[in-house]
Amino acid sequence: MKHITRKATRHISQNEGLIFEKSSPGKAAWKLPPLDVPEVDTKALLGSQERKDLGSMPEVSEIEIIRHFTRLSTWNYAIDLGMYPLGSCTMKYNPRVNEFVARIEGLANGHPYQAEKISQGALQIMKTLSECLLEITGMDAITLQPAAGAQGELTGLLMVRAYHESKGNARKKILIPDSAHGTNPATAATVGYAVENLKSNDRGMVDVAALAAQMNEDVAALMVTNPNTLGVFEQEIHKIADLMHDQGGLLYMDGANMNALVGKARPGDFGVDVMHLNLHKTFSTPHGGGGPGSGPVAVKKILAPFLPTPVVITKPDGTLGFEYNRPQSVGRVRAFYGNFGMFIRALAYIFANGPDGLRQTTEDAVLNANYIRKGLEGTFDLPYDTPSMHEVVFSDKLQSKKGVKTMDLAKRLIDYGFHPYTTAFPLIVPGALMIEPTESEPKEELDLFIEAMKSIAEEVEEDPQFVLDAPHNTRISRLDETAAARKPVLRWKP
Amino acid sequence: MRYLPKSPADRAAMLQAIGIRSVDELFSPIPAEYRVTRDLAVPRQMAESEIVDWFKQRGKENGEGYTSFLGAGAYSHYRPVVIDALVQRGEFLTSYTPYQAEFAQGTLQAIFEFQTMISELTGMDLANASMYDGSTAAAEAVMMAVRVTGRRSAVIARNLHPEYREVLHTYATHQEIPQKLVSFTAAGQIDLKELEKAVDDDTACVLIQSPNFFGTIEDVEAIAAIAHKRGALLIVSIAEAVSLGIVEPPRSADIVAMEAQSFGVPVGFGGPYCGVLATKEKFVRQMPGRLAGQTVDKNGKRGFVLTLATREQHIRREKATSNICTNQALVALMVNIFMTVYGKVGLRELAKQNLAKTAYAADQFSKHAKVLFAGAPRFNEFVIQTSEDPYAINSRLLGHKIVGGLPLKKFYPELGNAALWCCTELTTRSMIDTAVGLVADSEGSVRTMNETEPAEVAR
Repeated sequence: MKHITRKATRHISQNEGLIFEKSSPGKAAWKLPPLDVPEVDTKALLGSQERKDLGSMPEVSEIEIIRHFTRLSTWNYAIDLGMYPLGSCTMKYNPRVNEFVARIEGLANGHPYQAEKISQGALQIMKTLSECLLEITGMDAITLQPAAGAQGELTGLLMVRAYHESKGNARKKILIPDSAHGTNPATAATVGYAVENLKSNDRGMVDVAALAAQMNEDVAALMVTNPNTLGVFEQEIHKIADLMHDQGGLLYMDGANMNALVGKARPGDFGVDVMHLNLHKTFSTPHGGGGPGSGPVAVKKILAPFLPTPVVITKPDGTLGFEYNRPQSVGRVRAFYGNFGMFIRALAYIFANGPDGLRQTTEDAVLNANYIRKGLEGTFDLPYDTPSMHEVVFSDKLQSKKGVKTMDLAKRLIDYGFHPYTTAFPLIVPGALMIEPTESEPKEELDLFIEAMKSIAEEVEEDPQFVLDAPHNTRISRLDETAAARKPVLRWKP
Repeated sequence: MRYLPKSPADRAAMLQAIGIRSVDELFSPIPAEYRVTRDLAVPRQMAESEIVDWFKQRGKENGEGYTSFLGAGAYSHYRPVVIDALVQRGEFLTSYTPYQAEFAQGTLQAIFEFQTMISELTGMDLANASMYDGSTAAAEAVMMAVRVTGRRSAVIARNLHPEYREVLHTYATHQEIPQKLVSFTAAGQIDLKELEKAVDDDTACVLIQSPNFFGTIEDVEAIAAIAHKRGALLIVSIAEAVSLGIVEPPRSADIVAMEAQSFGVPVGFGGPYCGVLATKEKFVRQMPGRLAGQTVDKNGKRGFVLTLATREQHIRREKATSNICTNQALVALMVNIFMTVYGKVGLRELAKQNLAKTAYAADQFSKHAKVLFAGAPRFNEFVIQTSEDPYAINSRLLGHKIVGGLPLKKFYPELGNAALWCCTELTTRSMIDTAVGLVADSEGSVRTMNETEPAEVAR
């Protein structure tokens, strides 16, 4: 019999206090070169504006800093340690060559205001990435400026608004399916639109009849995620697009789940007018514990005049440059040109894949999700049996009979050495377990995950309290979140 | 494809387990007419060595080897090597937002330390875990002030970074927040008389930058007094974080909207950077962005969690304080490590070197050109006005591998041939002397050509 290595074992980890608790006067981790210009009298230069004291800022040595952050790092889970099945977050492998090329001198040190003549390298990267993303999405024009997915949504809806205003009526509301991410309604509100909820049908898709009833000339756009947050492809997407277009509305697509489509289908072909991408999901730029992201927005021709300024253009002499003079633009959404470092990484990922690699990536992502679905069907309730694309959503219906909820199952999964799946989302599934393995998982890791989930389901039957008390193997047990919110302690004090 | 961990046999076994013959069946939910059956027209799959070569080439075409005097919201400071050594640890680089606290204590404790140091440096009670950048932080701060005060309009300093103003304009327009601009004096500081007139009972906030876009330090106390007298909040934007080592922080502000790029983040052609909001305790529930808080586990052991999430979009949806979700966590970690390396003493010494280099450079330039706004304290930027068009000067400097100051015509046409120069601890005396020499040469020759114009000669 083949020897199976279990996913995780307990091991020693180092304790570590706050950096302030290690500080003592006279320790230092810095050294400046000798000053080659005359010393200045700070009091004469700054007068009453001179700062006298930096309070409780730490004083520590370099080795302590290395140990401090290294010890902290060992308390984190990471893709580099194993599967990270957060649904809709697309936690895929972050290639190291991306990090390497992002640190190449001219790219890491280029100044955003240096002359275009000596910025051709950066401009070429932006242009090449733009062209690739347009080909992948089937759209006509693009901005790379938005700093993250939510800012991409904001940019997209600003353009929707500008488009309608150019037709004489900004319209009043945005339709959003009840399965949508929280950023969708929050963004619509930021742009000054009212949000109207759209109910899903019994297959977990947009209810086309309900949409037809709700669609009128007050609706500026519908924001869909496709595949949606159940991992289900909206099969009637073109009918949905037609319904919107017939009454002058636009179709916005949240590209959070683009990992199911790259190289297999293009939103521009199925009627989408405007969409954002998350380079930190689909295009492998690292999540880094919560950011940075990057949220390019791709649009059809009719929306191109409204793109944020500046846009990259090819000038008459063949060199690249920025164009600022765009009278219909929605304006700027961020200083400079966006999260340029993420453009480098995303483009390196596209280069490493090529057309064949991108297609295979998508196929593997969908294969992995369906393999998990097959493995766990029966053990966990599957609220919608509609075919899954890149993620699968179960519910805790069977386990909650024993008082064990999705979050409890998730906490127990930690003991097995896996990061939890996304819990309690989408909202249309009570007690959701939203699982997205991505293409980065080998079969062995998927098998271990399935085995862990099945084992937890057995534990729920035998000893639900044991699962409710999980995690058992972590450095700390479940934290008191209520106390944290009631009396917030948000900084250290001496 | 080298990132994909499956053999053909693995795929076959998985298809068999699922009970299908081909992976195409899994894509059958996509209507056939929308399925892509050709290769996408993107570059062919490349070897790692080819990828590295391609980007190295782009680097060479991107100002590699030039000496730069540009600042204006993006500053070149030395980045201690421990920063990249630590942020490239996979446990930081490849982890998600720390929602599952038991499995993310490293990130959470680091955020808590970051929040502590930012509060300490800005003189505020607390700070969030980060925003996208300084420009969006300023815009979010204005929206926050509108929520806190229940008032509608904002008064903005014209010497706030012009691109920050543009971003604010984009955000504020659809929130129906009218913006009044207040001009600056001959010292480069906000015009207090004009400010006093601009602030009224509908003013939610006054937004200024200090050191401002011209590098001049504002009299924050005086500005706060004017804002507070009418019940408005004061928001101070800080684009050059290193200034906090030697310049008194804006303690009388209500919100500090900061760009922390200076603290160990590569200039990187404009991003990713690290915005932050810091504020008074009483406003925390109106502040956008993630917050890490201290708590205890079941055994009474100290630990950290993301807290006050009821402000955020994933709970409150359209009623959230902001639509922000992803922030700049890994960049905030760079900032965190930088602050830890320099610490209480180093940050002050670092800031002092910036001050000294800049004082020297401004002094040298003043012998050949006019240094504007000399009447107020400045940190590490200054504006020089020349007889010749700064674009022409810069284009000549490029020939000597020097990137000159930022011409200001585009943003402040009334300043004529003015450019914003920046020196940091990385700017050497010989770089300064070379640049001053080249500007002096061109000023000299322009003066000779203009000999018939006495006013020019006198200057």
